Amino acid sequence: MSDNFDRFKKCAVDVLSVEDSQIVADATFESLDADSLDLVELVMALEEEFDVNVEEEELEGVSTIGAAFDLITAKL
Amino acid sequence: MTARVVLVTGGNRGIGLATAKRFHAAGHKVAVTARSGAADDAEGILVVKCDVTDTDSVNAAVEEIEEKLGTVEVLVSNAGITKDGLTLKMKDEAFEDVIDANLTGSFRVARRVVKGMMRGRWGRMVFISSVAGIGGNPGQANYSASKAGLIGLSKSLAKEFASRNITCNVVAPGPIETDMLMELTDDQRNAMLSVVPLNRLGQADEIAAAIEFLASENAGYITGTVLPVDGGLSMG
Repeated sequence: MSDNFDRFKKCAVDVLSVEDSQIVADATFESLDADSLDLVELVMALEEEFDVNVEEEELEGVSTIGAAFDLITAKL
Repeated sequence: MTARVVLVTGGNRGIGLATAKRFHAAGHKVAVTARSGAADDAEGILVVKCDVTDTDSVNAAVEEIEEKLGTVEVLVSNAGITKDGLTLKMKDEAFEDVIDANLTGSFRVARRVVKGMMRGRWGRMVFISSVAGIGGNPGQANYSASKAGLIGLSKSLAKEFASRNITCNVVAPGPIETDMLMELTDDQRNAMLSVVPLNRLGQADEIAAAIEFLASENAGYITGTVLPVDGGLSMG
């Protein structure tokens, strides 16, 4: 589980240009200065990293790191 | 000057080929796509088979270019067709085919290449429209609609991706001495020429020069514009 979160963190750090320490479950994308384009970019990176597919509609309401992580792991 | 990876769709002839050659001569890494997968006189340029009306074909072509040359940094969306005819006699397919190739095709390619541009935080997209897209043209309702559509597409992409240092602009050529122009009737060509203040046809390389500028570092503050290169035809 934590191994997956490490991989998730790496994608987030790469795409969002933030510090590793900022990637915590209840951090909102807003607080990380991530706009909708950032979120799309992050999801694309996560799709590649975890070899999953995320549809546009699934991103609705995903406003925190934790929610995004849950979305991805649910597909594994 | 930083050497960029440049993709010119429909680069097998006409404006596309002139543009590809110009970028290549300037030292950039250039790929062109063509339905046939072949281009005359394209030394040093990577030619990739691609049908812009087919998403899978577009994705495969861009992937091949990424593998062989690297991330596409400059897109010249030039692939396009005509299927002229007066509106009353124009069938659904003639209208749809031209929209699909010229407008939707540009969308497909842009959507695929923008990912790499976003990651690299640098990109240039130049969409080749036409004076017909600005002022319309009898017998070219489909072509004009598709070329006008590129303006809305380019501006939307310009706004969506500005934060990633990606600019999107339109070049609108007037009558240019190419095969496509020779497909018009003599009357149509003369009619166009008679309303060109500079009183001559343009050369493909003159369009290529405008595109080269918009793709350059110098044009970094220009986005969402429409640049007619038309001898003054569309100034009204």
